[in-house]
Amino acid sequence: MFMSSFMKSSIGRKVLVSLSGLFLMVFLLVHLAVNLTLIFDDTGDLFNQAAHFMATNPAIKIMEPALALGFVIHILYTIIVTVSNYMARPARYDKRNSKETGGWPSRNMFFLGSTILVFLVIHVWNFFWKMRVSGDPLLDHIMIDGEQMENSYNLVATLFKTSYIYSSIYILGVISLGLHLSHGFWSAFHTIGLNNDVWMPRLRNIAVVYAAIIAGGFIAIPVYFMIFF
Amino acid sequence: MADKILKQIKVKVWRQKGPKTKGKFETYIVNDISTGTSFLEMMDILNDNLIREGKEPIAFDHDCREGICGVCSLYVNGRPHGPDDDVTTCQLHMRKFKDGETITIEPYRSKAFPIIKDLIVERNAFDRILQAGGYISINTGGVPDGNAIPVSYDDAEAAMDAASCIGCGACVAACKNASAMLFVSAKVSHLARLPQGKVEAARRAKSMVAKMDELGFGNCTNTGACEAECPKGISISNIAKLNREYLCAKIKD
Ligand code: SF4
Ligand code: FES
Repeated sequence: MFMSSFMKSSIGRKVLVSLSGLFLMVFLLVHLAVNLTLIFDDTGDLFNQAAHFMATNPAIKIMEPALALGFVIHILYTIIVTVSNYMARPARYDKRNSKETGGWPSRNMFFLGSTILVFLVIHVWNFFWKMRVSGDPLLDHIMIDGEQMENSYNLVATLFKTSYIYSSIYILGVISLGLHLSHGFWSAFHTIGLNNDVWMPRLRNIAVVYAAIIAGGFIAIPVYFMIFF
Repeated sequence: MADKILKQIKVKVWRQKGPKTKGKFETYIVNDISTGTSFLEMMDILNDNLIREGKEPIAFDHDCREGICGVCSLYVNGRPHGPDDDVTTCQLHMRKFKDGETITIEPYRSKAFPIIKDLIVERNAFDRILQAGGYISINTGGVPDGNAIPVSYDDAEAAMDAASCIGCGACVAACKNASAMLFVSAKVSHLARLPQGKVEAARRAKSMVAKMDELGFGNCTNTGACEAECPKGISISNIAKLNREYLCAKIKD
């Protein structure tokens, strides 16, 4: 009873978007930490070990479906909320000139999110799918510390080194992500009620810092490969 | 110093005969308007001209004309209450406009505020939200001593800030989602901060939010357009407070 009436209420739906969003934000930090090993070890051993760990560790294996669920909830409930928002204003204004205190990203979260989703599909197809499902000639088997694993570094580094187009798509996707997070971060706390006059400027600033770390960190990877290789 | 005169302005306004009929924009020319004229006085002058020409005057809402009743719901040049900050339409003056300018006036547009005629919209959705829980139940009797219940200074101030909401609906009009969260949050957090209101806080948050959803307002996405356009400067911090009140109430269910 509680769940069904809660999930049909406007605030309930938004809380689901916020909580799944916060979960995805934690994931992004882990993902970034793993990926940064790409640029700190040109032999690729560090990244290969990290990728191997992510692919085989049981705890991570449990988290994988949870992560997928996080994405599904986030996307599904955003669509529900966005459609109902669209219906709340059947006739548009002829002229619109209002300023939002949340800035441009706050108005365009659905657009930014959709851009990220397109990028996510390309991204999953290029890496996750090949590493876990289809395989790829670039994923030869190597031995590190007496353990056999796939050469994931080879797959990732080769794509970044050889394809400026892919690198550019990657950078654009990450920029959308950064803008999305600059609003999504503080907004998630706000929606679950963790905000007030004192924390408003703090959370907004932390949001910008967090978004800059994520966007800057991920962009550094293709840029590194483009410049040094 | 005498006020400047706007020699000519064009007023592009939404005309709609009734709730069911299709509306359209009409443009009227108004000459020699002093910049000291209030916006609604300019509308009065325009209406006077229309009546003299044998045309139907423009229907628009207004009452107190001093920024306290919240009735003057016009959407002027793309902003609720027009191009000035922290004012209602009745407090807007013609000095905010330029000579020769075309001023676009639209009704508030939201499913929950249907158009009655021209620029007048039906805003009793707000009344229905208030009836759902925006009150304190007390028994009648002798007037209690106001100072008998201690209220902290900060709570009193925050409650007073929230209480300054005049129910004008600009937050709904400005919001890209036509959400009523700023209005509802102002009422909920105003009452939840005071001892008299705390008693019914959980029930109030739940029933006001349920009513708001039922009436077809959109879902807040924290853009902050509402607080930017609110004539009373109500902060979206109240929305965080409403979310908190609502979640706590729901979890206890
Ligand atoms: S919160 Fe502000 S904009 Fe909304 S109804 Fe109240 S006074 Fe008007
Ligand atoms: S007419 Fe009362 S607030 Fe404008």
